[in-house]
Amino acid sequence: MSDANSNTIGKERSDELTPDMFQKLKRDEVRVDEVGRASLTAWQDIRMRLTSNKLAMLGFWIIVFMIVCCIVVPFIWPYDHFTNDLANTNQAPNAKHWFGTDDLGRDIFERVWKGAQISLFVGVIAALIDLLIGVIYGGIMGYFGGKVDEVMNRFAEILYAIPYLLVVILLLVVMEPSLTTIIVAMSITGWINMAWIVRGQIMQLKNQEYALASKSLGAGAMRIIFRHLVPNAMGPILVTLTLTIPGAIFTEAFLSFLGLGVQSPAASWGTMIDDGVGAIFNYPWRLFFPAIFLSITIFAFNVFGDGLRDAFDPKLKK
Amino acid sequence: MKGSFKKPTQIMLVLVVALTMLLAACSNNNNKGTDTANNGGNSGDASGTPKEFRFTLASEPPSLDPALMKDAQSSIVASGLYEGLTRLNTEGQPENALAEDIKASEDGKTYTIKIRQDAKWSNGDPVTAHDFEYAWKRALNPETASEYAYMLFYLENGEKYNSGKGTADEVGVKATDDYTLEVKLYTPAPYFPSLLAHYTYLPVNEKTVEGDPAWASEQKSIVTNGPFLLKQWAHADKLVLEKNPDYYDKDKINFTKVTISLVEDENTVYQLFETDKIDWIGAQAGSVPTDQTQPLIKSGDATVTPVASTYYYLFNTQKKPFNNVKIRKAFSMAVDRQNLIDNVARANQTPAFALVPPSIAGADGKTFREMYPGDFFTENNDEAKKLLAEGLAEEGLTKLPEITLLYNTSEGHKKLAEAAVDMWRKNLGVEVKLANQEWGTFLETRKAGQFDIARAGWGADINHPINFTYDLIHPKSGNNDGKYNNPKVGELLDNSLVADTPAKSLDMMAQAEKIAIQDDMAVLPLYYYTTVTMIKPGFENVVSDYSGNIDWVNGDKK
Amino acid sequence: MLRFIAGKFVFMVISMFILITATFMLMNAIPGSPLQSEKATSEAVQKNLEAYYGLDKPLYVQYGTYLKNLAHGDMGISMKKKFQSVDKMIGQSFGPSLRLGIAAVITSVVVGCILGILAAMYHRRFIDNLAMIIAVIGLAIPSIVLAPVMQYFLATKLGWFEVAGLNGPMDYVLPTIALAAGPIAFIARLLRSTMIEILNADFIKTAKSKGLAGYVIVVKHALRNSLLPVVTYLGVLTAGIITGSVVVEKIFAIPGIGKHFVTSVIDRDYPLIMGITIFYAVILMVCRFLSDIAYVLVDPRMRAGGKVGK
Repeated sequence: MSDANSNTIGKERSDELTPDMFQKLKRDEVRVDEVGRASLTAWQDIRMRLTSNKLAMLGFWIIVFMIVCCIVVPFIWPYDHFTNDLANTNQAPNAKHWFGTDDLGRDIFERVWKGAQISLFVGVIAALIDLLIGVIYGGIMGYFGGKVDEVMNRFAEILYAIPYLLVVILLLVVMEPSLTTIIVAMSITGWINMAWIVRGQIMQLKNQEYALASKSLGAGAMRIIFRHLVPNAMGPILVTLTLTIPGAIFTEAFLSFLGLGVQSPAASWGTMIDDGVGAIFNYPWRLFFPAIFLSITIFAFNVFGDGLRDAFDPKLKK
Repeated sequence: MKGSFKKPTQIMLVLVVALTMLLAACSNNNNKGTDTANNGGNSGDASGTPKEFRFTLASEPPSLDPALMKDAQSSIVASGLYEGLTRLNTEGQPENALAEDIKASEDGKTYTIKIRQDAKWSNGDPVTAHDFEYAWKRALNPETASEYAYMLFYLENGEKYNSGKGTADEVGVKATDDYTLEVKLYTPAPYFPSLLAHYTYLPVNEKTVEGDPAWASEQKSIVTNGPFLLKQWAHADKLVLEKNPDYYDKDKINFTKVTISLVEDENTVYQLFETDKIDWIGAQAGSVPTDQTQPLIKSGDATVTPVASTYYYLFNTQKKPFNNVKIRKAFSMAVDRQNLIDNVARANQTPAFALVPPSIAGADGKTFREMYPGDFFTENNDEAKKLLAEGLAEEGLTKLPEITLLYNTSEGHKKLAEAAVDMWRKNLGVEVKLANQEWGTFLETRKAGQFDIARAGWGADINHPINFTYDLIHPKSGNNDGKYNNPKVGELLDNSLVADTPAKSLDMMAQAEKIAIQDDMAVLPLYYYTTVTMIKPGFENVVSDYSGNIDWVNGDKK
Repeated sequence: MLRFIAGKFVFMVISMFILITATFMLMNAIPGSPLQSEKATSEAVQKNLEAYYGLDKPLYVQYGTYLKNLAHGDMGISMKKKFQSVDKMIGQSFGPSLRLGIAAVITSVVVGCILGILAAMYHRRFIDNLAMIIAVIGLAIPSIVLAPVMQYFLATKLGWFEVAGLNGPMDYVLPTIALAAGPIAFIARLLRSTMIEILNADFIKTAKSKGLAGYVIVVKHALRNSLLPVVTYLGVLTAGIITGSVVVEKIFAIPGIGKHFVTSVIDRDYPLIMGITIFYAVILMVCRFLSDIAYVLVDPRMRAGGKVGK
């Protein structure tokens, strides 16, 4: 398994190696096996480097904790997120309501975890859509190059020049505000960044020996792109993916803040923050808890993404 | 095509230049800003003690041209800049302003108005009857495209001229001499003196308007005749008004300077008040954040004033299940209005069991509600459940179809809708879904009748119950979005317009309202609005008028 | 170089044309109209309004008229703010956004670079971790929380700053922090990773072996070579920041361009929607164009081809 940097590492070493060593490698089947195993250890290596990065692991476990809790807590917690209790509105955190209640008397602890479901769902799905479109588009751009690349790249650039906020708002006006609308709106331009990263990777990889070999054996373009090139570009793709998720969660929160979020009584962290800002004077817990959850999650995804990048790229190449 | 290349180049060039220049000018600008701010705060004008009054508006007045105004923001600013024939006092009763004398003919269809002779435009011209004739005909002119032209449809042939079928000469307004205006109405309207206070009836200066169609969009070109002059209009930022030294009644005006900043965020408005940057919040000039109202009312820092507006939910009466009156009644009776007001709306609103708000005037100094009490039904959960079951049986339904409550995107409406849905769930055992739409889309959906229950609010243009009866429940009214259709109600309302006496007219409107709510539950009334206002100590006579707009013109600072 | 610029420019014009067309279609497809109001007006009034704004004509005629006017440099008159021309509205509101944007971009670059350099110089040491944690915290607190919290504590409670407005130099502090927190973190992390790589490169080692002080090495050699990715990012960042941040402008009541992005759509103010779109696209393209040129000028390797490859 070689990616962008093992390529450069290889180059450095080639100065020290004599040409006949290459011939040995080609002939000796056993050696080929060993190389195969070496690539396995590359993954192990990545894992090792990742697990030794304390901050990244902290991020990882926070993410795991958030995901598990947002599924489990709403099941076992005695309150639901929609029933009003108008006799107990705006209660400060107490034994019954750990995070207090909001202005309709709803339990904030429950709502924060329900909000986590929505925010994390939006983040992950939007990132996956970006991944899918971005990898296909970027893969094709990068592999074919020339005119195809030119045209597709131009298209992406035009799309990129549209005021994103305007498009999102236009869309939310056309379609009713809902999870689907928000995800669609975010995906319209969200994939472009991923596509450009994949394009750059593929351009570097497509002239590698294994790709050329596959081509000369008659493999189709799609097979080469998606079987050989994309898996080798997995590092940067994964890193981009981890960093897309917090971006999407942020965008959702931002849209909710503008009143364009999910349909109530469902609430994401963004809608809860929007709601809580007005309560900052008298009932600060309504802002504090959703905000702190949002920040911790964003923090976790970022440090984990950073750690992942470091692990994939020990030299920390861009 | 070739031409369209030009624009981006220009913009680009301008941008690059602007970028460098602004960078250079950046620090300069800042200093200037601070200077003016300091001047405004400390140093006074030559005459007497300066009295500045500062408040905010959430959005900029779209226009200060009387013919083109259509919203509260414009109306608040215009009340200081222009002087009409009458002004409404704090009770919402008309008082003569530019008019010296208003005489109605026997049949109530012709008005002869004498205009005072000492009023001047800010360009020095005298204000004459011709200015009114010109202004009204201009607003009715189809080419002016005035949205509030219908306020002038009371004039004889007003509608005909506006729809392009008549000429300006046919319209029932004429300046018989420089200071006498003769007005002919198509129907007797006893509230015509109130109408004269509306901004669509304000005069404009012909010379100014003819010269420049955009005259009212900039400070330097606007010509006004009111107690204040527009000194500065920084678009999207602020408006500064100063006392007009040539105003005919200038001794009654106390403020020397009024600063109106445009601030959208209500939390920011509140903090501006807290840090002494503004003197007033409320009544369409900023609003106290909902989460703040209760503590502030309790501590006496904020005052609650009733507003002549009603908050209600529309039933789609042409669609199952709300074509059934019993189901409509069940939903209406199952809402605990007082609880909703105390814990959700939180501004001491009055629960509504009718349409016409309590502050709307009736006759003989009594309010309409004092003459015709509006308790057309009571809340009762058991009764509601029974009615719901009966209604479902009548419709041949075993259970309710899926129902959605539609509201326009806003934090306040959302909270109320969530609470109402929760009450229906608890009290009726029904599930109602929620949907919100952005304002423009919402209006279109609601007009097209694509809803089950939809949020609505209605305010008064004039202080008269016709606003809440004819406009809302007449079968042919363009505002009857629930498509409530009872011919009896239509007939009563039509007759009320041509009744011989104002008393009979009011009586018929009251009957129509009673049928629509008590018998038919055409809509679900929730509450009559209030406005929560705060004012800095030392200010006097700044109030919320009957319609809930700030009335600051006669204010004073001690 | 000239060909490169000419090519870029032709592309920009074509993109603008496509963008204008697409926005025009999309805008007319959304429900609602600029002329509606809650109170039903008479049919006559409605007709007059439509005629006045030319909305009674078929769409392709409206489109043609728009393009024609645009070609003459006329972006039309706002349908909501009576008789205010769109270019004037944009021009007036752009001033505050630009001033604030420049402050925020400068802050992001300066603070971001300092954090990034410190982190790279003390790689894998306490200062590195501290700088990165500060950066990530800046990234993790959204402006929708940061702005109101700062406003409440620093302005209202402590009275150190004005609650709103942009009248004096001090008024820039809070909105600038709110706008710059994210970009600071981004730049710091970008610079850190590039610099760590460069500090390990041979020419730096040579410099070290020549006995140059660490400070000189960092500033004279490493920094200059690590700024490339930051320059690239600056293009997009600048466009994003100076075209306004809706939330920050709303909270601090800054009469900037940000709110037009939301209100133009909410009001269905067609000419303003078009104007805003064109303006934003031009800014974005110009910023990217400038950063492209800067890139070519800074990096001699790019001068030859400008294409990624071997």
